[in-house]
Amino acid sequence: MDSLLETTEIERIQFIVVQFGEEQYGINIKYIDNIVRMQHITRVPQVPHYIKGVINLRGEVIPVVSIRLKMGLEPDEITKNTRIIIIRLDNGELIGMLVDQVKEVVTLESSQIDQASYDSTAKGEMANFLSGVGKNGEDLISLLDLNLVFADKDKDK
Amino acid sequence: MDTSQYLEIFLDEAKEHLQSLSDQLMILEDDPTSSDSINEIFRAAHSLKGMAGTMGYKHMQDLTHDMENVFTEVRNNTIVVTGDIVDVLFKCLDALEEYTENIQNTQDEGDKDNAHLIKALNDILEGKGGAAPAEAPKEEAKEEAPAAAPEAAGAPKWQEIKVGDSEQTTLDEAANQGKNIFGITVYVQESCILKAARAFLVFKALEELGEILISEPSSQDIEDEKFDFDFSLVFVTDSDAKAVKDAIMNVSEIESAVVDPFTAVGGASPAPKKEEVTAVSEAKAETKAAPQAKDEKKPAEKKNSKPVNRTVRVDIEKLDVLMNLVSELIIAKNSLVSATTKEGGSTSSGVNEQIEYLESVTTNLHESVMKVRMVPIESVTQKFPKMIRDISKSLNKKIQLTITGEETELDRTVVDEIGDPLMHMLRNSADHGLESGEERIKRGKPEVGSIELNAYQDGNNVVIEVKDDGNGIDVEAVKNKGIERGVITKEQAEVMSDKDAINMLFLPSFSTAKKVSELSGRGVGLDVVKSKIESLSGEVEVKSELGVGSSFIVRLPLTLAIIQALMVVVGGEKYAISLGSIQTIEDVAPSDIKFVQNKEVINLRGVVIPLIRLTKILDIPSTKAETDNLIVCIVKKGDKLAGLVVDELIGQQEIVIKSLGKYINKSKIISGATILGDGEVALIIDANALL
Repeated sequence: MDSLLETTEIERIQFIVVQFGEEQYGINIKYIDNIVRMQHITRVPQVPHYIKGVINLRGEVIPVVSIRLKMGLEPDEITKNTRIIIIRLDNGELIGMLVDQVKEVVTLESSQIDQASYDSTAKGEMANFLSGVGKNGEDLISLLDLNLVFADKDKDK
Repeated sequence: MDTSQYLEIFLDEAKEHLQSLSDQLMILEDDPTSSDSINEIFRAAHSLKGMAGTMGYKHMQDLTHDMENVFTEVRNNTIVVTGDIVDVLFKCLDALEEYTENIQNTQDEGDKDNAHLIKALNDILEGKGGAAPAEAPKEEAKEEAPAAAPEAAGAPKWQEIKVGDSEQTTLDEAANQGKNIFGITVYVQESCILKAARAFLVFKALEELGEILISEPSSQDIEDEKFDFDFSLVFVTDSDAKAVKDAIMNVSEIESAVVDPFTAVGGASPAPKKEEVTAVSEAKAETKAAPQAKDEKKPAEKKNSKPVNRTVRVDIEKLDVLMNLVSELIIAKNSLVSATTKEGGSTSSGVNEQIEYLESVTTNLHESVMKVRMVPIESVTQKFPKMIRDISKSLNKKIQLTITGEETELDRTVVDEIGDPLMHMLRNSADHGLESGEERIKRGKPEVGSIELNAYQDGNNVVIEVKDDGNGIDVEAVKNKGIERGVITKEQAEVMSDKDAINMLFLPSFSTAKKVSELSGRGVGLDVVKSKIESLSGEVEVKSELGVGSSFIVRLPLTLAIIQALMVVVGGEKYAISLGSIQTIEDVAPSDIKFVQNKEVINLRGVVIPLIRLTKILDIPSTKAETDNLIVCIVKKGDKLAGLVVDELIGQQEIVIKSLGKYINKSKIISGATILGDGEVALIIDANALL
């Protein structure tokens, strides 16, 4: 894929900043297909607990995953700020992820991204799913590696 | 214009011709004197040669040319068909298939020249006396023979061409330069489907030789297929009439062509030309008198007398688009239905009537589109006899393959995918299933092993069964293998049922063949078969009896896209169950439930049917009280029945099946999802998985 090319260039990458509790996480904008409001999610039986179910997005059936449950955080609290971010993975698959809130879009240069010291900022299992930490002024943003988040291997735990 | 747009036509036709070659060679192998087959093979080779030549595939052209030469001699009775010759021809066929495959994948035939095959073919010719090359021109003469008919019918149509001033100037110029100017009329066979493509190929062949000055109808009209079965040209070239004619006749499905010197402005002097024409046809009549010419003519007539279906070739992608649109239409219709019913009884009866009408139209539309997409599985099974023949040779086992039900229809996408798994299963039966000839005789079985492939429709499914009368599956051998491979422990093996043991065959890297053969036994086979069939929402089942034989049963859904479903409510959630698997719906009092081996069953008209509580399987509490009567949907798979307990029935609905995506395909009991009229998603319960 062209993801390698894009990230090795010393250029700017845009991230959408989302919030889980007090923490801020960044999602590379190139993976984002759409952001939709909370809607009725149809429960699917016999699937891992973090899969909340499926929704209808423009006539397609898309699974929705609770990142909070996946990360071992407290269950989602649905508020008016809750959004479903529709992610398009490298393999073309669409997956929705529940987030507490969508904050803003930031542009980071590669110099602002620290790939080494992220484990100090993230809680628990979250650290496994990060590709680095971005510094946006005073704020620190943990950058999610979506292909790790939705990797197949821990699917059936 | 370039040839690429005709590549598909080329491929389609090449495959047809290769198939006919394969079929006829099989016949020829059994009956080396079958003159119908010999003629058919000759014709197929000839057509392939012409097509390959036009498209510029040199190797393919060379090989078919030599095959054609051999068959010229066979037709002349100077070569007698032997098993060796058939073997060589089969190898040629393989080589041609390889070329075609290369062309399909890369648009290039590849650089294999298959010199050994060409040599083998020439050796066959040599064996007869080495006069082969001399015979070739005779062939050309024969090809021209059928042309006599239309020519004799009257003046060729090119005489009707009107020459404009500017064209006249060009003609004069060309004449001054000493070039030949021909008036040409080409007759396309009436059975020809793609007239425009044929015409294009003729144009292309001619453009290599010279310049087409005028065409009647215009080239645009010809491209749009606005002509009957002939078209006329004025052609300027350095070549002679014969070369021009040969070039035209090399295009397949061309009935005949008239090539005469173009003399004057159209219609100016019809009388002398008439004479010329009769002279030509007289000359032709002589050739026609030759016995071979008659041979050629007869099958050609037979071919023409076949009823011609009026068909259009359509890109499968376009059908997919159409199917998706129909799906969306059905979803939109469903939302319209639910919108009008929700608003209460206030909608006027006129609206309801129209909606009912819309429903029937969308249902019919869907059925029609489905029918268009359905193709008989014959397109897949027809290559199997040849494959079994090859296997039979390489394994040195005598095998009789019987195929029934090849007219059974399946969705095109399924048919395209099912070929490889079936091939694996057949190979598996031939290699592992059937014993060697001596072994069979020892066991008192006929020496020739039999493999049957049966296809038939069963409700909403199509069943394809591959059955052999070989040794069956040795369950103990499978268990030992499983222990050896570390798949199961010794203790597990002891308590394992035969069925579970047989199912181990479908695990990756599990092969029980005692020795690895070229065909199978590398352990890539049955697991691939299984995953492929499951990806088509189908399933595989094995029945086996040691010493008697085994059968592999593949069950595939008739359609993948839209089904009639029964909508039910379980624990407040809506689910769909395919109507095809539902036998009846029963109202059962709680007191009628009996227990057998601690499992709930009901006795329905003398049949004991196990109950499956969907609330338990779907992991959701029921909304009904314990004492209420149960609503039970009796579902059927093969000869097994079960009763699914639901809370409420909503009704029958046409639903569009959507995949849940790869991310949650772990859910075994849910085969997919559908979008309801109100935009919500309902899951589809896979009744087959519950049985």
